[in-house]
Amino acid sequence: MMNNAVTLSKAETANNIPLIELKDIYKIYHMGDTDVHALDGVSMKIFKGEFVAIVGQSGSGKSTCMNIIGCLDVPSVGKYYLRGKDVSTMNDDEQAEIRNKELGFIFQQYNLIPKINVQQNVELPLMYAGLSEREQAKRALASLDKVGLKSKAKNMPQQLSGGQQQRVSIARALAGDPSIILADEPTGALDSKTGKEVLQFLKQLHSEGNTIVLITHDNTIAAQAERVIRVQDGQIVYDGEPDISKFAQVAHAGDEDGDGA
Amino acid sequence: MTLKKSFQLALSNLMFDKMRSLLTMLGMIIGVGAVIILISLMSGMMGMMNDEFAKLGTDTVTVSVQDRGGSRSIDEDDIYKFAQDNPDMFRGVSPSVTIAGAFVKSGSNDITTNATGVSEEYINIKQLDVEQGRFLSYIDIEKKAKYCVIGTYIEREFFGQGRAMGQTLRINGKTFTVIGVLKEDDDSTSGSTDDVMYIPYTTAVTMSASKFISSYTLWTTSVDIVDTAIAKTKQFLENKIGDSDYYNVSSIKQIMDMANTMTGTMQTLLVCIAGISLLVSGIGIMNIMLVSVTERTREIGIRKSLGAKAKDIKTQFVIEAGTVSGVGGLIGIAVGSVLAVTFGRLLELNAVPSVGAILISFGISVGIGVIFGYLPAKNAANLNPIDALRHE
Ligand SMILES: Nc1ncnc2c1ncn2[C@@H]1O[C@H](COP(=O)(O)OP(=O)(O)OP(=O)(O)O)[C@@H](O)[C@H]1O
Ligand SMILES: [Mg+2]
Repeated sequence: MMNNAVTLSKAETANNIPLIELKDIYKIYHMGDTDVHALDGVSMKIFKGEFVAIVGQSGSGKSTCMNIIGCLDVPSVGKYYLRGKDVSTMNDDEQAEIRNKELGFIFQQYNLIPKINVQQNVELPLMYAGLSEREQAKRALASLDKVGLKSKAKNMPQQLSGGQQQRVSIARALAGDPSIILADEPTGALDSKTGKEVLQFLKQLHSEGNTIVLITHDNTIAAQAERVIRVQDGQIVYDGEPDISKFAQVAHAGDEDGDGA
Repeated sequence: MTLKKSFQLALSNLMFDKMRSLLTMLGMIIGVGAVIILISLMSGMMGMMNDEFAKLGTDTVTVSVQDRGGSRSIDEDDIYKFAQDNPDMFRGVSPSVTIAGAFVKSGSNDITTNATGVSEEYINIKQLDVEQGRFLSYIDIEKKAKYCVIGTYIEREFFGQGRAMGQTLRINGKTFTVIGVLKEDDDSTSGSTDDVMYIPYTTAVTMSASKFISSYTLWTTSVDIVDTAIAKTKQFLENKIGDSDYYNVSSIKQIMDMANTMTGTMQTLLVCIAGISLLVSGIGIMNIMLVSVTERTREIGIRKSLGAKAKDIKTQFVIEAGTVSGVGGLIGIAVGSVLAVTFGRLLELNAVPSVGAILISFGISVGIGVIFGYLPAKNAANLNPIDALRHE
């Protein structure tokens, strides 16, 4: 049952089954006698190979949405299908397996474990996937090589700059070769130059065929996605191409970055 | 997650904050150290006691009888016959006639000591070593010879070292010739095991007032059958004498067994006390693990987001707790062993911790870690990933 979710058949790539499908999702927090609707009936489909930016004001429900997509949280109401499989009915271990095999997370705060070195951090998802130690090391180093940090493999996370740490976390997200990369404000803690580098990197991954879901505050960044989903008060208010009229200056920045997509 | 990785991680966590790890382990170190010291010293003491008892002869049975008169009376022929009828149990007999407070004189010197009348087999029964000359022989016994074999205290008191052979001395006025000198066993002082005189029991009987032999030493074939031999002897005496007030059968082994039971009880008690300190240290470990789980909630969230299952997190924390207490246990074993040997030297005991004690206390310390680590581990494993990740 889990294996079905993991292996990717040719038929599925034919874009008729979405990779992610949210159907009328609600997330309701009960705060005393008021209910907070963090998500208020959200439905969306994300297909393989898409680069989606989720934008919206602070508190609009972006992270909540991402956490549900990432199986880190469960919706109060609604259905979530990953490759057509109902994730909401899976048990904890099955969800862990989904996170391990299908999802790669990039967090705003990097979320590296400080007590182990860079390589060991990147090996974590591989270790939980049950790979042999040799295979773990091989893939972790290859992944670090991709982000240009192979030479820092034996360093401790806190010995790296913020940008480098974020690249390590990207390497970690990539290491297990997930179907979807989920990034919650990955550039939020970085200066604009390093932020741009990280973004560049995500775009490159996208051009290599990865599916990317990115949360951002930054319109410049959102404009570089293929598709923008705008969330407001827990509801989707816009879903489509980056709006040129709204992001005029942004489209320009995208050209500068040489985005050929 | 492989066990090896969990173990490595546990060790690196241990090294990450050495001071805290040490404090966590302190209880374990003290508890295990105390167990090792107590067990070692107790077994050293028991060993010493058993050695002392062995010197007295644990494979002998002592029979004391009183003269009941008539056919109910018992003499050496009865005892010898009884021993010979049971060759699978007994390999030697010696009557024992003690002349207490014997006045011994030679030349102008005199002392008061005990002389003991024994048979020629006594040398084997008590495993005596003759330094010079020989021990009493069967013929000497038969002839009621006035020969004596003496310890080095008597030798030195009267004649000087190596000069006693063939000399005479008087015991309660009767003249005896020294035919043998025993090897020095203790320090050649009065009252020591070198303050002994052996004469033929036949001679000793003639010097006693009652002319009745009231004590015999039976030499069993093995220390293992002492209890059976005692039962058999009692049965024989009961048949012959018919009144248990007139005889008594005892052995050093019985006394030794009793002493061992007593020290064993004491050891159990002490180990229980040490066990309580182990338990307390286990609670300390649980406490620190609970703190550690809270502190590391975010790490747990990260691991879960990367695909760790509840089982993986549980294993990690349990192994960590086991490692902390196991390492504490090892240090405790090392410290305890060194102290046990040191104390042992001071007390002149051979207090070496046994492999069993080491293995058991190591096992207990790891076990305590695992048991007390389990509860926090379970808590950690059941955290919701997003709640864990959001934890500050
Ligand atoms: N654990 C929680 N308990 C109660 N309310 C919560 C909880 N988590 C989120 N919320 C509420 O849900 C709403 C959406 O939160 P969410 O974190 O998704 O916002 P966001 O769009 O990611 O904002 P930001 O851009 O600031 O990160 C907010 O109003 C928030 O207060
Ligand atoms: Mg957010």
